[in-house]
Amino acid sequence: MNVIEAHGLRKDFTVRVRKSLLRRERREVAAVDGVDLIVQRGELLGYLGPNGAGKSTTLKMLTGVLNPSGGAVSVCGLTPVPQRILLARRIGVVFGQRSQLWWDLPLRDSYELLRHIYRVPAAEHAVRLRRCRGLLELDPFLDTPVRQLSLGQRMRGELTAALLHGPEVLFLDEPTIGLDVVSKQAVRGFLAELGESGDTTIVLTTHDLADIERLCRRIVVIDHGRVVHDGGIDALHARYGSQRRVTVEFDAPPATLPALPGVYLAAATGPRLTFTLDGTASVGTLVSALSALGGLRDLSVTEPEIEEVIARLYRSEGRAPS
Amino acid sequence: MGFVTATADRLTIRNFTEAAGLFRTLGASGFRRFSTYRQATVAATITNTMFGFVRTYVMLAVAGSAVALGGQAAGYDAPQLVTYVWAGQGLIGVVAMWGWTDLADRIRSGDVVTDLLRPVHPVLGYLLPDLGRAAYAMLTRFVVPVVVGALAFDMYLPQRAATYPMFAVSVLLAVLVCFAGRYLVNAAGYWLLDTRGVLMGWAVCAGMLGGLYFPIRFLPDGLATAVYLGTPFPSLLQVPLDVLVERDPPTGQLALLGLQALWAGLLFTACVLVQRRAERRLVVQGG
Repeated sequence: MNVIEAHGLRKDFTVRVRKSLLRRERREVAAVDGVDLIVQRGELLGYLGPNGAGKSTTLKMLTGVLNPSGGAVSVCGLTPVPQRILLARRIGVVFGQRSQLWWDLPLRDSYELLRHIYRVPAAEHAVRLRRCRGLLELDPFLDTPVRQLSLGQRMRGELTAALLHGPEVLFLDEPTIGLDVVSKQAVRGFLAELGESGDTTIVLTTHDLADIERLCRRIVVIDHGRVVHDGGIDALHARYGSQRRVTVEFDAPPATLPALPGVYLAAATGPRLTFTLDGTASVGTLVSALSALGGLRDLSVTEPEIEEVIARLYRSEGRAPS
Repeated sequence: MGFVTATADRLTIRNFTEAAGLFRTLGASGFRRFSTYRQATVAATITNTMFGFVRTYVMLAVAGSAVALGGQAAGYDAPQLVTYVWAGQGLIGVVAMWGWTDLADRIRSGDVVTDLLRPVHPVLGYLLPDLGRAAYAMLTRFVVPVVVGALAFDMYLPQRAATYPMFAVSVLLAVLVCFAGRYLVNAAGYWLLDTRGVLMGWAVCAGMLGGLYFPIRFLPDGLATAVYLGTPFPSLLQVPLDVLVERDPPTGQLALLGLQALWAGLLFTACVLVQRRAERRLVVQGG
């Protein structure tokens, strides 16, 4: 079942550019330029893109905060903007840079308020809160006013706040921004568990690629308002020519090297050699060829870095790779 | 995609208790939030009380010759003017005439987005905590100046029992009118990035035409009527105070309440329309 459906989704903003002292020119800028997106129930989708690519704008249109300039969109079977208040009951949203909690109230009171705002029966609310308290370790600061919480504590509080009404879709806009390693791990662990349960559809935008590698099977990359990739991480590697690296060390530099298709010598420092492999070559073939030379002392294989792939993708500025 | 009309559930008997729970809890949240700032409450109450003395002396000096021998100035005798000043000093904090920029700040920072993501109309979402805040102010910032004024001066007490409930209704309407006015002024932030000018204009008009600096009845009749009928400002302080000091007969008091109710209705309709219009062209600031 499709939880999110967007076809040709657009958002244009009018920008006024100063031409002279008195004259200003209006210019239309497309922040989101015809995005097609279908997300099924229970999916955990990574929505990536460089700064200004249109990620947050898409999320705001999907949640009913921004009025699309064109295209069709439906979330949980509702049209977000006209049915925003109905939709709000069925989705949860965390914007990493904004807070939905009450600054001067303790977390516990904020949650009680949210229970009434979302009209959640007390028993249901208690079960969900207990689960979040356990998984996100909220107890030490449940009675602390939100303004006194650290960023990591607040973010755990925000995630809980977004989930207490049992949303069908959870939109997360950079939920790990600015968090320390331990807090990031706590948030990721929690999201992984939530994703595995399959009840909640999660749309995650982030610049932290470790979030993506750990959590998302499907990645949608957007640049200049257009979708430039939609698929798994492996597909991304294959598409952008990710290269695995094999580093070997011999007792003495070998006199000859095996010539294998798709294998290139990247560096040679005395007895230490580094090869890169494109998608066609296998590590096994290379290793057996190298060990046949004799005197092989050490070997390591480095998987391609997702950051490298994404950087390459961003640099290609949305043009389809050759 | 043209229209923005965020639909809410229809209010049925089934969800009436849930709605009542929402009203109670959001209202209580406003009460609790403001009750955490005790020092601010104390400082504001002391300031209101000190200005009560200044204003009483100035008012009695200005109206001096007219009220000296039990006469009246613009329909008020000396004890009525004393009550007018001290109850007015108490109501400043209750209606919260100035200094509310929460919505404008949240529009500027983009945090308003989280208000829009809640299943409650933003006007209601801001109003309910404001009513809680007003209740807290009534117990603190209203009571203290009135008690001090009563101890230091000869105050007028209402002679008709019906005046007390009418005053309570009038204060509630004043809070509603003031909230709606402040909401509209803050909502200018959807169009203007800097709302300081509009807020300043509101503060000046609310003080001058609301009956804080002087009772509007001091103005020539025609001008006073124009201010009452043409602006919402007398509904903020002047009307509840006139009701309290029984400046007019009961029918006059009722007419004043009707005027307040009319302004409350008009301004809330404007709030809903402005909010809808703003959502249609909303640009959320920041990522």
